[in-house]
Amino acid sequence: MLEKALTGSKKYWVWIFFLLALIGIGVINYLRQFSYGLGITGMSRDVSWGFYISQFTFLVGVAASAVMLVIPYYLHDFKKFGKIVILGEFLAVASVSMCMLFIFVDMGQPMRIMNVILHPTPNSILFWDAIVLNGYLFLNIIVGWTTLGADRKGVPPSAWVKPLIYLSIPWAISIHTVTAFLYAGLPGRHFWLTAVMAARFLASAFASGPSLLIILCLIVRKVSKFDPGKEPIQALGKIVTYAMFANVFLLGLEFFTAFYSNIPGHMHPFHYLYAGLEGHAKLVPLMWASSILAVVALILLINPNMRKNENILAFTCASVFISLWIDKGFGLVIGGFVPNPFEGVTEYWPTLPEALISLAVWCIGFLILTILYKIAVTVREETSSWPELH
Amino acid sequence: MSIDRREFLKFAGASTLLGLGGITAVQELLKTSAGASHVMVDEKALSAKRWAMVIDISKFKTEADYKNVVQACHSIHNVPDIGNPKDEVKWIWTDTYEHTFPGQGNEYMPEGLKHKPFLLLCNHCEQPPCVRVCPTKATFKRKDGIVMMDQHRCIGCRFCMAACPFGARSFNWRDPRPFIKEQNPEYPTRTMGVVEKCTFCFERLAKGLQPACVEKSNGGLIFGDLSDPNSEVRKVLSTHYSIRRKPEIGTQPSVYYIIGGSENA
Repeated sequence: MLEKALTGSKKYWVWIFFLLALIGIGVINYLRQFSYGLGITGMSRDVSWGFYISQFTFLVGVAASAVMLVIPYYLHDFKKFGKIVILGEFLAVASVSMCMLFIFVDMGQPMRIMNVILHPTPNSILFWDAIVLNGYLFLNIIVGWTTLGADRKGVPPSAWVKPLIYLSIPWAISIHTVTAFLYAGLPGRHFWLTAVMAARFLASAFASGPSLLIILCLIVRKVSKFDPGKEPIQALGKIVTYAMFANVFLLGLEFFTAFYSNIPGHMHPFHYLYAGLEGHAKLVPLMWASSILAVVALILLINPNMRKNENILAFTCASVFISLWIDKGFGLVIGGFVPNPFEGVTEYWPTLPEALISLAVWCIGFLILTILYKIAVTVREETSSWPELH
Repeated sequence: MSIDRREFLKFAGASTLLGLGGITAVQELLKTSAGASHVMVDEKALSAKRWAMVIDISKFKTEADYKNVVQACHSIHNVPDIGNPKDEVKWIWTDTYEHTFPGQGNEYMPEGLKHKPFLLLCNHCEQPPCVRVCPTKATFKRKDGIVMMDQHRCIGCRFCMAACPFGARSFNWRDPRPFIKEQNPEYPTRTMGVVEKCTFCFERLAKGLQPACVEKSNGGLIFGDLSDPNSEVRKVLSTHYSIRRKPEIGTQPSVYYIIGGSENA
């Protein structure tokens, strides 16, 4: 089926080469980082994880969200998701690939990355994260590819795929839970030392991923003859509504615990993020933008008339996505480091090479996504006149 | 090439079975391999069940007292002086009371103590979070309690830095070698992209020497075996009130601080 990615309109190729150009710029900058070291980034002794790891953290959520299509379709027989489950699975493949690349570019000694496999260390959450991420990548490639291949031939997928599909459900939950555990179990980092961390991760994942999926569905409808349909998009909209509500609620719990307990260490990161601490306030405008976008999106989502309007829904989904990208793809990781564990404040901001490398990783993700979606959409276009299968 | 005893025996057994026969040759070889499998240990080497350090801050009076200690460590361990806080590498350094013991200060404490520098280094915790999180066992704890770094195995993920509640770890954000003023050929330099920290001078203990900082501290730093009731550290700890950094998080640091009373004010 890969050959379907090799033919396309002029616009398709312009997009592909645009991505390749940005990837090229990123690769050049990565080579500079490779020879100079991670000192090329804005990270420091106090803020030892920066933009790379926060992007990884955010994208694990986007990857996990495929389960929001798989569960209704396979467990509850919600037929309307039949046509777009594949879009969720391929989004997961692209996101997990980005996750791995972000971890890779963050390594001080990337040539030694196999040490994680050569010296398996079950007490390290990073070891488990590597296992679940790789597993999830393979599950989604295999499931997506074989179900799409079967669809193309007009036959139901082979029986052996079913257990893998069911396995992918707890697996999706695990990738985000394990990633949350990277943070949640660290002594001395008050901002992350919270039992609702994994729950927050899942709630934000199930809001941000389906939001992106809705936007992607709308784009697919515009640029191809394949229409994902109004109803699946509306159903996704409801999922985003519930998940976003849960996310804001969980964030509220964190605020309550920090401020009602009045424990300085717990309050410092919140002060730093939303009001500034000891004159350091780099993230304040970003965090407020995130909060305002979240509130606006929630108001629009909760109102069914607004949600049913696809233009408003698209705007809402973009708001949710950007809001969560700021909150989880930046604030959560950086905010945990900036007030350091001994009451000092060291700020962080990504440098230009760091930003360009990150952009390139995103572009590689979009390239994978474009190619996979091109294949899926072409197959869907061919089979659109056929009756529903399985 | 290294081959461990068990693998060697398997090989020997297999070759005997195969009729290659050389059992006596195998025994001959075993003698040498048995000899070589033991690491040479210096007879003078210092050993302990639980190494610990006591920092008596009343003994640190002038800026030079601190400087001597820090310099002794940094010069023999080839710690680079990069000159900016962003890329900084440090094994032992000073900070204020407020930063050393967060949440344990108050505005009415003795003025002298408020502004007195405190020496900070890796705490060699009994329950080290850095060891727990390391995905490659590049950070590990020795039997004698020293939390060690294998810089050749470190992949530079910096999980240990996120996990350490004491900020005891430095990362080589860039090649450190151009920033080493005078290289000590007896201790390895590090490369960019790995984490490093104080190792309680394990290499000096192996030669029967005290840690470099202790040697230069004029009695301000006391080093010894916490499990030995007759050791100097135990004697000092049993006669002075001491505190440790962040006891509430349960890592059980092996570095103790004797704050002293009015003599520090």
